[in-house]
Amino acid sequence: MTLGAELASLDEFEQKLADVAAMALEHARNSGASMADVSVSQGQGLTVTVREGELETIEHHRQKDMGIRVFIDGCSGIASCSDFTQPAIQGSVESACNIARYTEKDEYSGLADPECMATEFPDLDLHHPWDMSLDDSIEAARRCESAALEFDKRITNTEGGGLNSFDGISIYANSHGFYGVTKSSRHGLSCSVISGSGDEMQRDYWYDTRRVPGELPEPEAIGRKAAQRTVNRIGARKLSTGEYPVIFEAPLAQTLISHLISAVQGSGLYKKSSFLHDRLGQSIFPEFMQIHEEPHRPRAAGSASYDGEGVATRNNAIIDAGVLSSFVLDSYTARKLGKTTTGNAGGVHNLIVKNTHNCGLDGLLQMMGRGILVTELSGFGINMVTGDYSRGAFGYWVEKGQIQHPVKEFTIAGNLNDMFMGIHAIGNDVMDNRNIQTGSIMLNSIAAAGL
Amino acid sequence: MSDSMQSVTERLLAPSGLDEQSVLSTLSAIMGPSIDYADLYFQYARQESWVMDEGVVKSGDFSIEQGVGVRANSGPKTGFAYSDEIELSALSKAGQVAKSIASSGKGDRFIKIHGRNLGITPLYQPDDPISSLQDDAKVALIKEVEQAARSMDPAIAQVTVSLAGSHDVILIVSSDGSIATDIRPLVRMNVSVIAEKSGRRERGSFGGGGRFGYEYFIEHGRAVEYAQNAVRQALVNLECQEAPAGEMTVVLGPGWPGILLHEAVGHGLEGDFNRKKTSAYSNRIGEKVASGLCTVVDDGTLVGRRGSLSVDDEGIPSQNTVLIENGILKGYMQDRLNARLMKMQPTGNGRRESFAHLPMPRMTNTYMLSGSHDPEEILQSVDKGVYAVNFNGGQVDITSGQFVFSASEAYMIEKGKKTCPVKGMTLIGNGPDVLTRVSMLGNDMALDTGVGVCGKDGQSVPVGVGQPTMRIDGLTVGGASV
Repeated sequence: MTLGAELASLDEFEQKLADVAAMALEHARNSGASMADVSVSQGQGLTVTVREGELETIEHHRQKDMGIRVFIDGCSGIASCSDFTQPAIQGSVESACNIARYTEKDEYSGLADPECMATEFPDLDLHHPWDMSLDDSIEAARRCESAALEFDKRITNTEGGGLNSFDGISIYANSHGFYGVTKSSRHGLSCSVISGSGDEMQRDYWYDTRRVPGELPEPEAIGRKAAQRTVNRIGARKLSTGEYPVIFEAPLAQTLISHLISAVQGSGLYKKSSFLHDRLGQSIFPEFMQIHEEPHRPRAAGSASYDGEGVATRNNAIIDAGVLSSFVLDSYTARKLGKTTTGNAGGVHNLIVKNTHNCGLDGLLQMMGRGILVTELSGFGINMVTGDYSRGAFGYWVEKGQIQHPVKEFTIAGNLNDMFMGIHAIGNDVMDNRNIQTGSIMLNSIAAAGL
Repeated sequence: MSDSMQSVTERLLAPSGLDEQSVLSTLSAIMGPSIDYADLYFQYARQESWVMDEGVVKSGDFSIEQGVGVRANSGPKTGFAYSDEIELSALSKAGQVAKSIASSGKGDRFIKIHGRNLGITPLYQPDDPISSLQDDAKVALIKEVEQAARSMDPAIAQVTVSLAGSHDVILIVSSDGSIATDIRPLVRMNVSVIAEKSGRRERGSFGGGGRFGYEYFIEHGRAVEYAQNAVRQALVNLECQEAPAGEMTVVLGPGWPGILLHEAVGHGLEGDFNRKKTSAYSNRIGEKVASGLCTVVDDGTLVGRRGSLSVDDEGIPSQNTVLIENGILKGYMQDRLNARLMKMQPTGNGRRESFAHLPMPRMTNTYMLSGSHDPEEILQSVDKGVYAVNFNGGQVDITSGQFVFSASEAYMIEKGKKTCPVKGMTLIGNGPDVLTRVSMLGNDMALDTGVGVCGKDGQSVPVGVGQPTMRIDGLTVGGASV
């Protein structure tokens, strides 16, 4: 059996999905909705995991979903179902209409304005199904794990190697007559292994995800990287409580930027419950900071030609010379604020954080001299109302620009306002397969709690 | 066939012309010689939610999900496929895919039914919460709570109230011949507020729920009580100061702070991690892992609790499993696969988010039994420390044992007295170490109000936690005040 033979062609799904979308919109109109929109999607995928060299799990995924939103006299209702039969679709539309009878008029609600709808649909090259046999998929996962196990004698246990592959099609249509189709794929390799034993066990992992299978690294490279990261953690000590300079390694640096995005979008702005709600046009980062959105990058993780409301996406500058130059808006939030949508219903599309230096992590470590390199964060200690930040961490103690030893069981804490202003440097070690693309970020100082 | 069994098969099988026999023959076809176990999981789930924001019931949504998951185990291997169409050809196809895990596919095994979950007393009523109140009454309840919160203090600037309910109908057919059904109601209400004073804004949030109809929120004025708690928390936080940083004595309040047990102990005692020996608790049954004061159980049998299950997602009745008794590690939480591989008994902890996910060992309601101290006496015993009573959530690395949980309401303790509130902060420690530092336990064990969601491998399930007031001698407090 091959995975390729099992995969249906998305073109096969497309007509059915288009019919479902049309049926839902028509039924909404007939049920009295003055406006409506519908999202219909269907996807398929495979996940395999291998542990200790043996196949552990094969999961075949097949899912579909239809979501309808209706507006009746300024009141809205939403419903969804996974059954694409006519009675089920009509039942969902009626459920949405029923909800709209009980919700209250909200003059700001509705679809995005017709003139904002995307009219150009450049080929963003997002769909590359992986025509690989099941046996070859298992073999790739096995190679991943095997490279990790062979990497170092101190690797003592494994959570396995894995391969996953998904592709799907989604349609968004609304009563303005907008109709958009997106076909996309993503494929990943992952590996997680353990070093040490008893009280001294440490686990780490590595993974990579790409839209194009050929852009994935060799499985062995993923395995070796997972093993290297795991071995590096051996001998972790506790940290003395104090204020230190800190570097967020690139895979984590994006979390800082994601907190920024959470604070400049959504209901927190008009409800004044975001710590950045009144900072538009003000400096919130040092002057060297540039953050912008590039939605049309071919094959990139966050690419889209239209957003979740059919609005044309565009290159937005969010931080320009350290100044918060734009909020990240959908049509509802925009209306509430007396602004226009920025094409961000559903989130940002390829956020690019400009590096400040032409060096990678090693260069930043040299620049920092003495401090902490954070490689893992955990917990939910972020307060978007105040910007207060406190998270658990794992990392490395650095002196004279060199890693000395791993450090565990400490927290880092501060306020995001100060942390953003305290950014000192950004490396060029960018993770280019993520929706938020940034290199490692160094902060002048952070409070760390340990012993 | 019991009434509930009949209503479940009518809901799940009859619309597609399926019956017990056709389902069993599909399962039989999966059972090749090297397949140890297989099951079919049919599900029909409805859920709704309503949100009131800025004084307006702005949105509501309703969804229906249905499908069947087919799983086959061969040794430690699992083959899994699912379909959102409950019909015979999709079922057979999914069965073939699941079966592909085993090398040889010949030789069906006949499965004879020898058990239905007749003797099990359900822990909740099968009624659909979504129709437990008329839609206009749901909206009226939300408005009442919103107005109550607004009128409690002039500092309250924003109020958001959400109400959600779900009704989950499942049927599990297993290759050991057992057929189990469950009908699971679940409701949840949450109130979150922003208080504003002198340009400063702070939040407060509180909620609850369980396996009931919506009348649960009206009874005993629970909904208004959630509003009071959210408002109180926001007002407290308006006065809070920087939290301290470093290792110190920590007193945790009763109830929801039991999230500590969920993270520091619970996950590490799930069967899968211990079979693979990737948990910091691997091979430690019989060892002392906590102070002698500590007895921790995972109990899925509490009537109406959010984490309770009449049967788990593998058709095994849930039970009260002792994890730690007087400080000694006693047992793990198991699903069928890991129990079989470890030659142990399943403990009713096999859970899955839906038909489209594989079951794993998961917690139900995890809590620590009461001790003997008056809670006031525990506070009085502390010269300087932190008293944390509400939390946002937590996370654990089960291999190193490092866990965190984040306080959303906490106070300083000075000379035996609760003093100024401090900002939310993360507490961090090591699972197998932290409970050895428990030096006092209150006589005030409480369960949380029914808000917990546990995430593992991308799957979310509802859970409960609980504990008495607890003194921990030395835990790292992650404030910003160094």
